[in-house]
Amino acid sequence: MSDTILWYATRGAGVVTLILLSGVVVLGIVSSMRWQTPAWPRFLTTGFHRNLALTTLAFLALHIITAVVDPFTALGWNAALIPFSSSYRRFWLGLGVVAVYLLLAITITSLLRPLFGYQAWRAVHWLAYAMWPVAVIHGIGTGTDTRFLWMWAIEAVCIGAVVAAAAWRWGRTSPTAWREVRVNG
Amino acid sequence: MDRLLSGPPLTAGAESYGAHQQRFGLLPAAAARSLIGRLEASNLAGRGGAGFPVGRKWRAVAERANRKGVVLANGAEGEPLSLKDRTIMAARPHLVIDGAVLAADAVGADDIIFYVGAEHQAAEAAMRYALTERSADLRGRARLIQAPRGYVAGEESAAVHFVNAGDARPTITPPRPFERGVGGRPTLVQNVESLAAAALVARGDDAGTSLATLSGAVRRTGVMEIGLDATLAEVAASGGGLVRPVQAVLLGGYFGGWVDINDVWARPLAPGSLRAHGHAFGCGVLYFLAEETCGVEATARIIGYLASQSARQCGPCLFGLGAIDAACRRLAARSAQPDDLKRIARWSGQLAGRGACKHPDGATGLLRSALGVFADDYAAHQRGFCVHRAPAVGRPVAMAEAVA
Amino acid sequence: MREQLQVDRIRCDGHGLCAELLPEVIALDDWGYPIVKAGTLAPALLEHARKAVAACPVLALTLGR
Repeated sequence: MSDTILWYATRGAGVVTLILLSGVVVLGIVSSMRWQTPAWPRFLTTGFHRNLALTTLAFLALHIITAVVDPFTALGWNAALIPFSSSYRRFWLGLGVVAVYLLLAITITSLLRPLFGYQAWRAVHWLAYAMWPVAVIHGIGTGTDTRFLWMWAIEAVCIGAVVAAAAWRWGRTSPTAWREVRVNG
Repeated sequence: MDRLLSGPPLTAGAESYGAHQQRFGLLPAAAARSLIGRLEASNLAGRGGAGFPVGRKWRAVAERANRKGVVLANGAEGEPLSLKDRTIMAARPHLVIDGAVLAADAVGADDIIFYVGAEHQAAEAAMRYALTERSADLRGRARLIQAPRGYVAGEESAAVHFVNAGDARPTITPPRPFERGVGGRPTLVQNVESLAAAALVARGDDAGTSLATLSGAVRRTGVMEIGLDATLAEVAASGGGLVRPVQAVLLGGYFGGWVDINDVWARPLAPGSLRAHGHAFGCGVLYFLAEETCGVEATARIIGYLASQSARQCGPCLFGLGAIDAACRRLAARSAQPDDLKRIARWSGQLAGRGACKHPDGATGLLRSALGVFADDYAAHQRGFCVHRAPAVGRPVAMAEAVA
Repeated sequence: MREQLQVDRIRCDGHGLCAELLPEVIALDDWGYPIVKAGTLAPALLEHARKAVAACPVLALTLGR
């Protein structure tokens, strides 16, 4: 009975991580677009982005730990720490490990930003555009729930949201276009 | 009374090392040791525009240099109405070099850079040749670097930035050049006229004169050496007198401000006397604005130039000056929007101190002086008409070289 | 404890989060760039100031003596 709980916890935490991570990426893009309304100042977007990221890490930790200690999966800590070293779905699981390392780099440089400086922080943060798709593909490839419609629906919403946000950002003509419109001196 | 420019006439070209030595004797190298103290006692003010005490600047560098300091002789002269720096470099290069060598010995520098505006061809040629004549003196310590064109290229952090990285844009201070400058070393950035004046102080002179550049409605335009206590009336007289009735004078260049002629005509141009009335000698520009010329239009041209010369690094300068420029141009063209005058007043109060360098401060300072001196004209232009007969023809910028 | 807010004017890109988090001291000009009220910071605002410093996307705001 307890074995199944760990197994369900891994899968559940994985799905929650996917949803939260997608939200974090969307909020990050909205931050860079400087979107705001009179009722929604920008510090709310950046604040949510940060807090949601930390919450994501909590669920990610749960996802990893329950997967490793679960006797059913027979994954040792090596599988979680060394990419592409597991015997179970080696490639798809390995992608997950890669995504975790990328996320850790982004997180640490963000938490210690004054130490790393703006340029280094920004360079590493761009890795988010690599980290998120790798995490999504890991989920689809390793996921035991991908055969369910509800899982597909969740994937569709998450992927759709991030793609829409990225398209919105990519479509912006220039980084300062918003400012040039405001100036009518 | 001539001291900085005493000797052969300016039109005779650069004074050779031989002639310089005949007039002044050898460089009093021993004087370097006590020179900082004498500069402090003489209260010699810097001639680059800010008027910062020369002795205090040398002292600050000397305290940090540890014999690895740098002297940067600033001859960029980006101020369009000023000709004095290129003139003194072109005609008296050895006096400038004397000052730089004395400065290097006094503060403990092993590197001397002559930063000369690329467009000042006669000055650059004269300095280059003079440096070859002085190779024994300089012992390989000196080099000449061409400053790029542009108003802010002569700003001290911009000069250092250009030498370090080829980018003549101002940087964030602190640290200032006297703390960390060229190659990270304490650097003395000093105007070339100030160095020449220091060379006179080292020889026992009191450096009681200053170089001014006259332009506008005065008979003889160009560079003139004036006594520090001369009044504007005396200076104008030395310049052959005014050719037309004058309403105002631009004191100190684009970085200075307009002054009503009656407020300054009989006043000594000494820094103390000017400061007491809120004016500054700056880099010695004296542009006489004729009565018939429209001050609103003249100011709009200057603001347009200053806005175009922004290094575009800081939002308030880039956007603020841009907006002010557009509004000034509309006012000058007598097609102002209803709020333009109010907006200009508001914006010019907002920009000071909000850039990395003092460029927005200078521009808004000039504008505020214009709004005061030409208040009636601005009001008229806001309502769509101008009382002046002749609109400002041509720009009060870039005059011919005064020295062949 | 005389702390003052400093803005790196070159790095500042007019994001404006500082003004959202510390409106008592920081206002924005017509183009979104910060105008910092002169003088030292009231001790009661110090914590808010630190949050504003952390919130700046380009690390242009610093708190120093």
